[in-house]
Amino acid sequence: MMTTYLEFIQQNEERDGVRFSWNLWPSSRLEATRMVVPLACLLTPLKERLDLPPVQYEPVFCSRPTCKAALNPLCQVDYQAKLWACNFCFQRNQFPPAYAGISEVNQPAELMPQFSTIEYVVQRGPQAPLIFLYVVDTCLEEDDLQALKESLQMSLSLLPPEALVGLITFGRMVQVHELSCEGISKSYVFRGTKDLTAKQIQDMLGLSKPAMPMQQARPAQPQAHPFVSSSFLQPVHKIDMTLTDLLGELQRDPWPVTQGKRPLRSTGVALSIAVGLLEGTFPNTGARIMLFTGGPPTQGPGMVVGDELKVPIRSWHDIEKDNARFMKKATKHYETLAHRTASNGHCIDIYACALDQTGLLEMKCCTNLTGGHMVMGDSFNTSLFKQTFQRIFSKDFNGDFRMAFGATLEVKTSRELKVAGAIGPCVSLNVKGPCVSENELGVGGTSQWKICSLDPTSTLGIYFEVINQHNAPIPQGSRGAIQFVTQYQHSSTQKRIRVTTIARNWADVQSQLQLIEAAFDQEAAAVLMARLGVFRAESEEGPDVLRWLDRQLIRLCQKFGQYTKEDPTSFRLSDAFSLYPQFMFHLRRSPFLQVFNNSPDESSYYRHHFARQDLTQSLIMIQPILYSYSFHGPPEPVLLDSSSILADRILLMDTFFQIVIYLGETISQWQKAGYQNMPQYENFKHLLQAPLDDAQEILQARFPMPRYVHTEHGGSQARFLLSKVNPSQTHNNLYAWGQETGAPILTDDVSLQVFMDHLKKLAVSSAS
Amino acid sequence: MNVNQSAPPVPPFGQPQPVYPGYHQSSYGGQPGPAAPPTSYGTYNGPGPGYQQTPPLGMSRAPPSTGAPPTSTAQAPCGQAAYGQLGQGDIQNGPSSSTVPTQRLPGSQPFGSPLAPAVSQPAALQHYGPPPTSAQVTAQLAGMQISGAMAPAPPSAGLGYGPPTLLASASGSFSNSGPYGSYPQGQAPPVSQAQGHPGVQPPQRSAPPLASNFTSPTSGGPRMPSMTGSLPPGQGFGAPPMSQPNHVSSPPQALPPGTQMTGPQGPPPPMHSLQQPGYQLQQNGSFGPGRGPQPNYGTPYSGAPTFGSQPGPPQPLPPKRLDPDAIPSPIQVIEDDRNNRGSEPFVTGVRGQVPPLVTTNFLVKDQGNASPRYIRCTSYNIPCTSDMAKQAQVPLAAVIKPLAKLPPEEASPYVVDHGESGPLRCNRCKAYMCPFMQFIEGGRRFQCCFCSCVNDVPPQYFQHLDHTGRRVDAYDRPELSLGSYEFLATVDYCKNNKFPSPPAFIFMIDVSYNAIRTGLVRLLCEELKSLLDYLPREGGAEESAIHVGFVTYNKVLHFYNVKSSLAQPQMMVVSDVADMFVPLLDGFLVNVNESRAVITSLLDQIPEIFADTRETETVFAPVIQAGMEALKAAECAGKLFLFHTSLPIAEAPGKLKNRDDRKLINTDKEKTLFQPQTGVYQTLAKECVAQGCCVDLFLFPNQYVDVATLSVVPQLTGGSVYKYACFQVENDQERFLSDLRRDVQKIVGFDAVMRVRTSTGIRAVDFFGAFYMSNTTDVELAGLDANKTVTVEFKHDDRLNEESGALLQCALLYTSCAGQRRLRIHNLALNCCTQLADLYRNCETDTLINYMAKFAYRGVLNSPVKTVRDTLITQCAQILACYRKNCASPSSAGQLILPECMKLLPVYLNCVLKSDVLQPGAEVTTDDRAYVRQLVTSMDVAETNVFFYPRLLPLTKSPIESTTEPPAVRASEERLSNGDIYLLENGLNLFLWVGASVQQGVVQSLFNVPSFSQITTGLSVLPILDNPLSKKVRGLIDSLRAQRARYMKLTVVKQEDKLEMLFKNFLVEDKSLSGGESYVDFLCHMHKEIRQLLS
Repeated sequence: MMTTYLEFIQQNEERDGVRFSWNLWPSSRLEATRMVVPLACLLTPLKERLDLPPVQYEPVFCSRPTCKAALNPLCQVDYQAKLWACNFCFQRNQFPPAYAGISEVNQPAELMPQFSTIEYVVQRGPQAPLIFLYVVDTCLEEDDLQALKESLQMSLSLLPPEALVGLITFGRMVQVHELSCEGISKSYVFRGTKDLTAKQIQDMLGLSKPAMPMQQARPAQPQAHPFVSSSFLQPVHKIDMTLTDLLGELQRDPWPVTQGKRPLRSTGVALSIAVGLLEGTFPNTGARIMLFTGGPPTQGPGMVVGDELKVPIRSWHDIEKDNARFMKKATKHYETLAHRTASNGHCIDIYACALDQTGLLEMKCCTNLTGGHMVMGDSFNTSLFKQTFQRIFSKDFNGDFRMAFGATLEVKTSRELKVAGAIGPCVSLNVKGPCVSENELGVGGTSQWKICSLDPTSTLGIYFEVINQHNAPIPQGSRGAIQFVTQYQHSSTQKRIRVTTIARNWADVQSQLQLIEAAFDQEAAAVLMARLGVFRAESEEGPDVLRWLDRQLIRLCQKFGQYTKEDPTSFRLSDAFSLYPQFMFHLRRSPFLQVFNNSPDESSYYRHHFARQDLTQSLIMIQPILYSYSFHGPPEPVLLDSSSILADRILLMDTFFQIVIYLGETISQWQKAGYQNMPQYENFKHLLQAPLDDAQEILQARFPMPRYVHTEHGGSQARFLLSKVNPSQTHNNLYAWGQETGAPILTDDVSLQVFMDHLKKLAVSSAS
Repeated sequence: MNVNQSAPPVPPFGQPQPVYPGYHQSSYGGQPGPAAPPTSYGTYNGPGPGYQQTPPLGMSRAPPSTGAPPTSTAQAPCGQAAYGQLGQGDIQNGPSSSTVPTQRLPGSQPFGSPLAPAVSQPAALQHYGPPPTSAQVTAQLAGMQISGAMAPAPPSAGLGYGPPTLLASASGSFSNSGPYGSYPQGQAPPVSQAQGHPGVQPPQRSAPPLASNFTSPTSGGPRMPSMTGSLPPGQGFGAPPMSQPNHVSSPPQALPPGTQMTGPQGPPPPMHSLQQPGYQLQQNGSFGPGRGPQPNYGTPYSGAPTFGSQPGPPQPLPPKRLDPDAIPSPIQVIEDDRNNRGSEPFVTGVRGQVPPLVTTNFLVKDQGNASPRYIRCTSYNIPCTSDMAKQAQVPLAAVIKPLAKLPPEEASPYVVDHGESGPLRCNRCKAYMCPFMQFIEGGRRFQCCFCSCVNDVPPQYFQHLDHTGRRVDAYDRPELSLGSYEFLATVDYCKNNKFPSPPAFIFMIDVSYNAIRTGLVRLLCEELKSLLDYLPREGGAEESAIHVGFVTYNKVLHFYNVKSSLAQPQMMVVSDVADMFVPLLDGFLVNVNESRAVITSLLDQIPEIFADTRETETVFAPVIQAGMEALKAAECAGKLFLFHTSLPIAEAPGKLKNRDDRKLINTDKEKTLFQPQTGVYQTLAKECVAQGCCVDLFLFPNQYVDVATLSVVPQLTGGSVYKYACFQVENDQERFLSDLRRDVQKIVGFDAVMRVRTSTGIRAVDFFGAFYMSNTTDVELAGLDANKTVTVEFKHDDRLNEESGALLQCALLYTSCAGQRRLRIHNLALNCCTQLADLYRNCETDTLINYMAKFAYRGVLNSPVKTVRDTLITQCAQILACYRKNCASPSSAGQLILPECMKLLPVYLNCVLKSDVLQPGAEVTTDDRAYVRQLVTSMDVAETNVFFYPRLLPLTKSPIESTTEPPAVRASEERLSNGDIYLLENGLNLFLWVGASVQQGVVQSLFNVPSFSQITTGLSVLPILDNPLSKKVRGLIDSLRAQRARYMKLTVVKQEDKLEMLFKNFLVEDKSLSGGESYVDFLCHMHKEIRQLLS
């Protein structure tokens, strides 16, 4: 059974990009609530499918206006009458004329079971080129700026030739550069302190002008795309030389910065102008606004900190004390922008490279609501930034960019279910419908979300509510169904629609609890619960969130644990739940919920990525992976525990954000002694090399590039490792001292053992 | 004019006496013949005693005239007998003389030294009279006497000028009596006489005298006159020398009736006969002298008076038409002054000297007072009390041109560097060290000459005093020996306590459709490429320190980054005109040489970039704001050159409406046409001034652009406005480029503050010019060039002291074009008087007109134009009436008696009243009026002089070989001969008028066409032909242009042509189409006003 479910889950994930917390669904609302972990799934709408060539026709939709579900393998088809019945609303629909030749043996792909996920290419509306609008901070150190310029110049060669590019630079002022191949370079300049409405911006950029008064001849192509042509956005192939030169001549912001001041950086206005520019020229077309910034916005709308260096940028402490005077206003500014961007179908990327904070806390909504990337680094002159940036433009096996734009995700459910919300890089489209639940989990109240930018790994958590009443049992053997319809602009500029239809069996909790337990996907559940926790953490106090998580965990254990009341030692969990508490333990310690030792920017950064990565990556984030390398055998995963830190081992830890290679004490001494250079110790050399190679492999695939840390016993950077492992040995549990294995961690945090002990105690307690 | 004979005043003259001497020398001598003077003196000397009596007249320059008048009677009688006789002869003299004598003595004493000094410095002598030589002394005495005698004479304010002439004139006037006789003989007079006589002949015995008179006038040139002839126009001013002929002609018949003038001629005799000799004579005198050196007047008048009396009262009607030749002629006065004072340098060592006229070429030697090029006053003798000042109504004003350009022969002010301690100043009133400061206690302290505070002399400045109390290093230190000098300012005098950066020029070019279409942008960009090599630089600097920047604009602004490291300039567009800012710092203001390639590339591309523009709307205020912000960002002062074409109607601050409405003219709302439509520009100007941002505006309008509003900022920032209506490259290129070149190249001071300090008793109360004031004392000028003038009016605070006089110190703190912070100091000492006559004798009409015009032009902003005009007329009448009442010898009320120094006041004032601003013609646009209004505001005396009374030069009258400028003729159609060609210029316009019957040869050699009819009317360039006449005329045009601050576009006007109407507008002595009175009519009008005041 177990194996079956694991395979089933894996199979489903590979085919449909879906992982459900429960793979058997409790058949009543009441029972579902008692399951503690909600019925939910992680959906990767554009999961890369090598074996899924898109079909070149339009999907067939149910004709009921409130349903509009796509024809799918679960539908009942009457080949004789050329009718099909919608499995969501039971509406009977006529096949369109093109399906006249349909029969049992001549089925369209969408009716075949293996096409529970299918992609259509549709010809709809004008095809618009991809748009990349660079918004570049010039208040950078010289070498930083130089590195950034080079990266940008390099990126031009990576863009599709027809793509339109634009350039906005900012410092004290904001400059919108006109790109044309002739004459002197021209830019429109805006004051960095003044917020402008979209209309004003468009007026000032001359975008709203109807037509040249003298231009009498009608445009040759009346059907030419309806967008206002603009000299600010030009095809790469036409102006790459100009733009390369322009970038080459880009100077640091020339306005003097006096001692003790921060440079005046008008990020807020720059973004506002970028948004306004695209809004006026290419609404509802795939476009990326790529913001490169080297510091916090210091003036104008969206300013995060004043220009006095003696006043530091807000910390969590300030925020808790309500002492961050610009935060609310700035956040509001960026939220407004983010919503505008999202409603235009554009996205905003933020590449923030600075040693100090850059205001990601305030700006996070720009990326989070639009599906943009958020990258945080120390400097543009690091491989972390350079390679991450380069990876934005990586291509899939078809030679297409791994990015899609302007997606709309629509969720349809069968009658027993309603959709409660979604958590991920999306915004609500506020589409009410029969399948929208009144209870919200995440972004709810709608059956459609907009995801302005997504890539093959972008993953949303989607939460459902079983609404079937306890006294209205569902017929045995019937299945609940959910359909995800994702319409998006492919990077090839095609419009595509991907339809995923899944179904699961209903089960009666009373009688089939064992089955339901077995169908529990604890990994998915952990991530989905974590998303809920992180989602709450954005608006609630940290401790409240932890308490909530704890309560959920305890309830889960009470529900599914096997124990004797009041006897903690009797507590057992089945295999399907065995890892779950541990995930929760690490989640509690993770930077997603703990702000201690993290700046607000860092928290925002971590949470940003947590809310969009797929299950595997999310799990790594919750509980980093630790590999151990030794002469004793092949590399092996080991417990994320201080006991794994041994002198004769090399450890490789992957936290998603960091890759840490840690040389044990002895190894480190050997290395310092230079044994690896001696021919007779070649095996030591290989041992040293092995984790490097493995790390490289991870680095190659990961986006964003993790911070790469190479350290050894006693090294200052060992803290990256020490802060993650379970502190099973600390200065507090003295018995650990002097033992040969493991390393004590100087912390007051509780260890997993202590955590589990408490959990058991509470789970078995009848008081709760 | 003052000519008055009335003796009473005489005493006052006493003072003047000293003056006389001086005058004698220069002046009249001239008349007779340059050589003559000496002789004349001689003669005088002889007569000496006699003269003494008469001298009084002389006192006022014109004295003679006054003197003369009386003489008329006397003359005849006396004949050439000794002057004394004359003087005595006159009844008046008698009395006056009596008084005189005493006075003289005093006078002489004061001058005391006079005797000795006189010789050496004629000018100086004049006033103080100290001439050493006995001859002079005598002369003085003579003068004194004269004045005394002629008491009335003194009035001849004319003296002021006349001094030189005076003598002659005096003599002349007297000559009536005897002197003339003598002079005439010596000189050419005969002829003139002959001429004059013709008309005059009638006169009886007087005739002879008359004759003499005439001669004198002729010789003397100057006329003085006073006119009056009561009703009749008694003006008989002897017509100016020039006029003589005219007179002759006209007089013949007219005269008789007119009596007025030419007193000399016929009239006199009658007068005499009819009237009582004494008075009549006097009256005449007043008139007659008119121009001539006062003396002449005297005589003529004497004659005239008679006329006046006779004809006047009796024949009011006939007189209706005054003989234009008989009324004071500006041309004559100018000529006389030129002849009399042009040859000797004007030495400024003596307090209260009246300088030569602005129309006279003279050199200045700074010996402790500022050169008249820097400061001119309405009067160099200030009434001691405010009561007196109120009575006289003569405005006390100084026209200050702090950075005036000096001729190459004169050294520019020395720069004094006092190191870190900075310039030495009075602790209390903050006046700067100057030659008038009194060192005491062996040099350890000094007493401030302005506030009397006693200050310690800092140790490093200490110096011993010599036996006269002067510091022994006085002559080594400019600030102790010169009237004008500069101090290097210390950092305390700088904004933000930082030495200034070098200033910057920003060129801001309208690139809207109109500007492109007319070719302006292309022309300008082409010119700038070379012009940038001629930015002003200081001293021998190799390259200018000034940085430059470029902006183009229509309804948005385009800034250019022209940093030297760029391969191509970069354009930065700012569309946020509502909230203007400067988009770049580095690379906007650059060194021309370093960025030359980029700048050239930019200037090449600007016309191309906008070649296809369809944008017709422009903004204006944001452009200035942008320039100002750029300077602020660069932390420097500087200047914006704006080239603008249209009414700024684009949506932006400072947006304007077309509110031109001719219907408002002559209503109470007319003033709104001169007021800015919005307060935006004043606010903006204030910010500009605070930043030291001066704005020069070049306008190229096709239609109404609201100059009144657009010029607010240039006006308040010390900038200039140039207007080229309906600009077309072909026609206006030369004018525009020439103006542009001059404007860019001229030396400018930036971020200036001017403060005028005065000694206790008077105070600067009002200021006129292109500047901004944020308090009541500091004149703030964002920019100040050599042409900009500030007129300052003073009022009494307290009683002044005759002995200590009154002091002015004008201190100008500015940043030189190399970025050096400096203080320029001008000092001027004036006399104070307790007698009104002294005031009237030391006035300068040109300066007075400058003040009155500016006062009136400012008045139109707040009052109906009619009120302004009436105010002017009233004030003028009060001035003259006060003179008549207090200074002129008693005479018939029907007689118009003008002070010698102010005899041109009516004619000039009439010109002001008729000017476009105060009485617009039908073709004058609202913009033109506003333009002229603001131009006049910063004009200096020379500019207002020619602007209001244009110069009219006959081209073919004088021999072709003569290299000097032909003598001007009066601006009246009557003076034009249709066989001649004339040039007319007023500083802004230049006309070439061609008479209908000009010889074909002349037409050919000038225009290269065979006949008059083939001359293109409206031609603006003369063909370049290789013949003497063409060369001469073109040379003359060039030299006229060189004299003026702005390029005067030439317009060829043919007689009887349509364009002639335009030209006639400038013949200011004639009745104007817009209703302006003719000179003669106005004089009558003025006389009426005066009589009303007196009655």
